[in-house]
Amino acid sequence: MSLPDTTVPAREVAVKVDGVGMVYPTGTEALRDIAVEFPRGALVSLLGPSGCGKTTLLKIIAGLIEPTRGQVIINGTTVHGPSPASAFVFQDFALMPWATVLRNVAFGLELRGVRKREREAIARKYIAEVGLAGAENRYPHEMSGGMRQRAGLARALAVDADVLLMDEPFSAIDEQMRRKLQEDLLSLLRVEKKTVIFVTHSIEEAVYLSDRIVILSPNPGEVSQVVDTSLAHEGDPETIRRDPRYVALVDEIWSGLKRYLD
Amino acid sequence: MARRFAPLLTLIAWALVWEVVAQSVEISVLPPLSSVLVGVTEVVQLKSFRLALLETGRAFGIGMALSVVVGVPLGVLMGVFRPADRLLNVWANVFISAPLTAVVPALMPLLGIGQTTVIATVFLFAVWVIVLDAREGVRKVNPSLIDMARTHHASRLAIFTKILVPGALPEVLTGIRLAVVRGVKGVIIGQIVIALVGFGALFDLYLQTFSMERFWALVIIIFVLAFLLVEGVGLIERRVAFYAKSR
Amino acid sequence: MSVEASAPSETGRRSVSIPSWGWTLLSFAIVFGAWEVAGRVPISLAFPPFSAVAAALVRLIASGELLRAYGETIPPLVVGVLAAAVVGIALGVSMGLMRVLEFAFYPPLVIMQTAPVAAIIPLITFIYGIGDLAKVVAVMILAVPLTALNAFAGIRNADARLIEMARAFQGSTRQVVTKIIVPDASGMIFAGLRLGVSGGFIGIVLAELLITPTGIGDTISYYRSVAKYAEMYAAIVSIIALATVTLALIETAERRLFGKTRR
Repeated sequence: MSLPDTTVPAREVAVKVDGVGMVYPTGTEALRDIAVEFPRGALVSLLGPSGCGKTTLLKIIAGLIEPTRGQVIINGTTVHGPSPASAFVFQDFALMPWATVLRNVAFGLELRGVRKREREAIARKYIAEVGLAGAENRYPHEMSGGMRQRAGLARALAVDADVLLMDEPFSAIDEQMRRKLQEDLLSLLRVEKKTVIFVTHSIEEAVYLSDRIVILSPNPGEVSQVVDTSLAHEGDPETIRRDPRYVALVDEIWSGLKRYLD
Repeated sequence: MARRFAPLLTLIAWALVWEVVAQSVEISVLPPLSSVLVGVTEVVQLKSFRLALLETGRAFGIGMALSVVVGVPLGVLMGVFRPADRLLNVWANVFISAPLTAVVPALMPLLGIGQTTVIATVFLFAVWVIVLDAREGVRKVNPSLIDMARTHHASRLAIFTKILVPGALPEVLTGIRLAVVRGVKGVIIGQIVIALVGFGALFDLYLQTFSMERFWALVIIIFVLAFLLVEGVGLIERRVAFYAKSR
Repeated sequence: MSVEASAPSETGRRSVSIPSWGWTLLSFAIVFGAWEVAGRVPISLAFPPFSAVAAALVRLIASGELLRAYGETIPPLVVGVLAAAVVGIALGVSMGLMRVLEFAFYPPLVIMQTAPVAAIIPLITFIYGIGDLAKVVAVMILAVPLTALNAFAGIRNADARLIEMARAFQGSTRQVVTKIIVPDASGMIFAGLRLGVSGGFIGIVLAELLITPTGIGDTISYYRSVAKYAEMYAAIVSIIALATVTLALIETAERRLFGKTRR
């Protein structure tokens, strides 16, 4: 059942979604009255079955879609169009196939008009940070899905935005590599201190990564439950995955979501 | 290696067939290849040939340049802007397969019996395939690349120059290669329908005087030039083909 | 120019509710309207307004002149296209199945398709005179390469998994060809026919403009020589319209026949 948001201890709010509703011109209602707060420095997952509007919500937060009702506030400013305070990581990586990793990672800075020398220096730093050092001059089609998403992540980090918006970033990557990327993301976030909004349809991924999980139900997309968890920061991945609380939480969320599958 | 040269072997074989048949049977319009090749060496030294080549090259070059300059933006516009697409698509599809040769006689009184008409013919033959391929190319650009650029506050101009144009480049180059094929046909059709300019005048002269060696020599020269031109564009096209598939 | 419209955000786009035939109508109205204005300015004495051309077209149809012209144009076109279909498909399919034939015919066909073969059309007169046979040959020269190369590509692109499947069930080579390869290629073979018809129209117009002064090509040449430009444009519009309608019909048939079965 839907729990009020106030169960969370008061922390500074980085992103506030305030009564957002989305009805497409075709009449389809994608989202209804979404109100969620995203604490600074936390990783919050938007979890739900397909059709629950989680990607739409993320794109509204990114300023790519204008909601039909309500508003999104990032760092105290209402979002109208893409904001420099947020950076997006795409499900399909959105790397330009005609550009090298270096140019792709530096592209956000290139669009801002940062000089070539400077932006490439910054890009190199983040390429190394995501574990792609040495791949600067390779093209996306020469790399695996996992490497490509590392480049996508580096591009989002390079523009130095407070908020990372990640749209099912690992869903197009095979299972083993996905686990590695999840672990690397967590250790990266310990250094980078970002507020992350992470869209996923995988319960395990959400439980493993998140400080808070916002569960959305479909048709129209509504917040059905908000779960706070702190497993993500406790010990090594193998311990977490075997922790009874992890298993219990996954089970609990699964039994809640099951009914939307028919 | 063997496969690459197989077509060449085939052509040599056909050349031999041509030579043997024309040597043994008297065919008025088809002299033996050897005498045609002699014709080639003669024709290329003629001043009239060089002038015609220059004239043809100019008409072709201007017509093609116009086709690219008009066709690419038009195709991109159709790819991104629905109303433009709905208004223009009909015509592009009509003219890409219609017998535009029939339009050449209408161009003559309009533009004069000369270069301008030939240029217009090249343009009419070549532009549509560029338009449709540029449109296709833009439509194949991954929409999340545009989203990505927007999340980084790209201007419309930046989206156009940094995402749409490079993204459509493989199809645009395919379009240009096909347009070169059509443009070459256009320049020749324009010239022989007018019959007074460039290679058209030469063809007419050789037919009137029944100098078949030179007629066929000219045919071979034009075919080779057309082939080299198309291969040249194909070479550039293959250099960007690597990302056509990975979008 | 609006780059915006390509963004996948469905929200920004206000759905304009004009049906697709409405857009086509609007498109025709704009083009014919612009033509009318340009003709009335006039941009050239040799460029009559659309209304004059339409009137001339009506006159040509009413007087039976257009019908007579097409009586001379269409029979050789049809014969040429049918002959090209038979020759082209036979050649293309056998090239697809036998390497020797591919080796022998593929390169010259590619050259015929790429090079400006219009150049040799005047030569046809020396062999076949200026009658219908010359027109048929002209049509075939333009249509056969397109038909053959498409049929060839269709055979070569036949689904390898299906062929493997048929082999796995002990299908004989003959069965594989007749039950898998040819049916799988039929869509492309048919598309080749459409290209052949398109080439055929170009061939017949070239022949009638260059070598045999009969039919619609001659109608165009005649009215140009007597400077009756409205009639000339009417004749040009008629042949382009005929080609467009014919090709559209073939394409519709193509979609009916093969639309669902293509992968």
